[in-house]
Amino acid sequence: MSDIVAFNSVADEAAPQAQTDRVIAGPRGRKPRRALSGRNIMIYGTLVVVALYYLLPLYVMVITSLKGMPEIRLGNIFAPPVEITFEPWVKAWASACTGLNCDGLSRGFWNSVRITVPSTLVSIAIASVNGYALANWRFKGAELFFTILIVGAFIPYQVMIYPIVIVLREMGVYGTLTGLILVHTIFGMPILTLLFRNYFAGLPEELFKAARVDGAGFWTIYFKIMLPMSLPIFVVAMILQVTGIWNDFLFGVVFTRPEYYPMTVQLNNIVNSVQGVKEYNVNMAATILTGAVPLFVYFVSGRLFVRGIAAGAVKG
Amino acid sequence: MQNVSVSVKDLSLSFGAVTVLDTLNLDIKDGEFLVLLGSSGCGKSTLLNCIAGLLDVSDGQIFIKNKNVTWEEPKDRGIGMVFQSYALYPQMSVEKNLSFGLQVAKVPKEEIDKRVSRAAEILQIQPLLKRKPSELSGGQRQRVAIGRALVRDVDVFLFDEPLSNLDAKLRSELRVEIKRLHQSLKNTMIYVTHDQIEALTLADRIAVMKSGVIQQLADPMTIYNAPENLFVAGFIGSPSMNFFRGELQLRDQRAYVHANGVDFDVSAYPSRAPFVHGQKVVLGLRPEHVRVDEAASGAAASHRAVVDIEEPMGADNLLWLKLAGQSMSVRIAGQRRYAPGTAVTLSFDMAVASIFDATSENRL
Repeated sequence: MSDIVAFNSVADEAAPQAQTDRVIAGPRGRKPRRALSGRNIMIYGTLVVVALYYLLPLYVMVITSLKGMPEIRLGNIFAPPVEITFEPWVKAWASACTGLNCDGLSRGFWNSVRITVPSTLVSIAIASVNGYALANWRFKGAELFFTILIVGAFIPYQVMIYPIVIVLREMGVYGTLTGLILVHTIFGMPILTLLFRNYFAGLPEELFKAARVDGAGFWTIYFKIMLPMSLPIFVVAMILQVTGIWNDFLFGVVFTRPEYYPMTVQLNNIVNSVQGVKEYNVNMAATILTGAVPLFVYFVSGRLFVRGIAAGAVKG
Repeated sequence: MQNVSVSVKDLSLSFGAVTVLDTLNLDIKDGEFLVLLGSSGCGKSTLLNCIAGLLDVSDGQIFIKNKNVTWEEPKDRGIGMVFQSYALYPQMSVEKNLSFGLQVAKVPKEEIDKRVSRAAEILQIQPLLKRKPSELSGGQRQRVAIGRALVRDVDVFLFDEPLSNLDAKLRSELRVEIKRLHQSLKNTMIYVTHDQIEALTLADRIAVMKSGVIQQLADPMTIYNAPENLFVAGFIGSPSMNFFRGELQLRDQRAYVHANGVDFDVSAYPSRAPFVHGQKVVLGLRPEHVRVDEAASGAAASHRAVVDIEEPMGADNLLWLKLAGQSMSVRIAGQRRYAPGTAVTLSFDMAVASIFDATSENRL
């Protein structure tokens, strides 16, 4: 013990004061970073410019929709509204005219809901089972089936429109919502099946084997084992389908009759109406209303999506 | 003769042009602990999956308890399986994981509870029953996975590298537990591993596999002491057996393996067939079957060598020496230390050595 004390005192004496000072004055702890470095200015500058570029049209849409027509006629599209009015929104929703109908977008909105909800549910239900069967139950001809399905995804839609019209007519569902739902379900199949197949193939194969040893069959494994582990991919599929089907214009206009036109078609008819004056404020409001649903889905389920990923990240 | 529990007859399996298993035959006795040992890609897991019914065989038959189960579903084979990744259902509690198979089989509720609590007691996982798999440690997860096989009251347990995902300490703990489990349950167990320590410690018999063929099927000590061919000899043992390629020479009533200018006297070797002069052979010596003396001993069969590297491992001390132009390892007691450069005398216990034909690679 005395040796150690002696050693310490010797060490203290041996360390010159200057050296100690230098050690204390030297860098210590977190390295300071300047907030306004050239790099940061470059990065944030670019981000701000890009963000402005994308937000500007939206800004114009929103402020135009809140102006009255006299104010719009002044021609300054970037100026904020002097007098805010919600009348264009009300008109776009409830009383804008397309041809003889003057009940605005509301009819199209409900049509779109009646198209999107069943199409999304049915296509996801079928595609998830498809993907599960392809990934886990390698049946005879599975590869061929999958290849054909994927090839289907690369053929342009437009090529198939007329044949589909004939098929729907022969089935007696041409011009009905059922027909359109059927078309959306079929066209969603390749990409959704691919999505689900890849997700299920990424789950540990041993889980599937363990369930089989436990005596679970095709549907038991699907509902009890696979489904509860697949929330994230179902959310992804839902976002894809809802936005895709809601934004669809071509199928909506080709395969349905005017009373079943989806919102997008209705919007087009309002905006492109050649009668009377162009009501820019109503057009802008109608456009925002139409785009609101996919945006809403994106914001709400986007958060759910991230949460789903995080929950799935815990290794089982 | 004990009853046969699992019997594999002329089993073949190929994926397209690749043959994984080729007319493989294997009989496993009732209550036996059989280990399938081999490096990855040797077909050991494939064989286990075939026995489990998770893979369709191309040809051949599988019998479990004298019943042909070749076309049966996994659940109807009376097997339980434990996987390397535990394969616990992540969304279910431990209790649900254990009872899932019984629920699928529509076993009455009271019976399920009884069996789950019994399995939980055996494996000491009662406090964990309400937890989710993600809240368990690796060792606890594997215990639950074993429990899942336990509750189903199966005839045969199949283990697919169950300890490979665990760290070294847990692995040795759980190894002991699996052995204890086997001793108390006395079920037939088939255990796939690439870890020779697991194989040697657990097995009643080991089947060493390579490219879909069983190289040797014997009890651990036979596998270790009398490997049937060069592959088994090199695969089992760490560090590996020392091999000397040479030629058999018979002179003065004695037999020698002449390798790289060094004569190894192998007269004491219990050869199955008489030695043939001039035969090309491989002499195999386990590191612990070499005697090391600092002073030159009088024994005629002694060789001089120089210590190259010393690897102290605590209980053992591993010496790397140069002999017959090649490096060889020698295992000695841990307290005996030799500095590199020390000249030593080696003598060999040829009664426990192995000699293989150089072309057929089979034991002589």
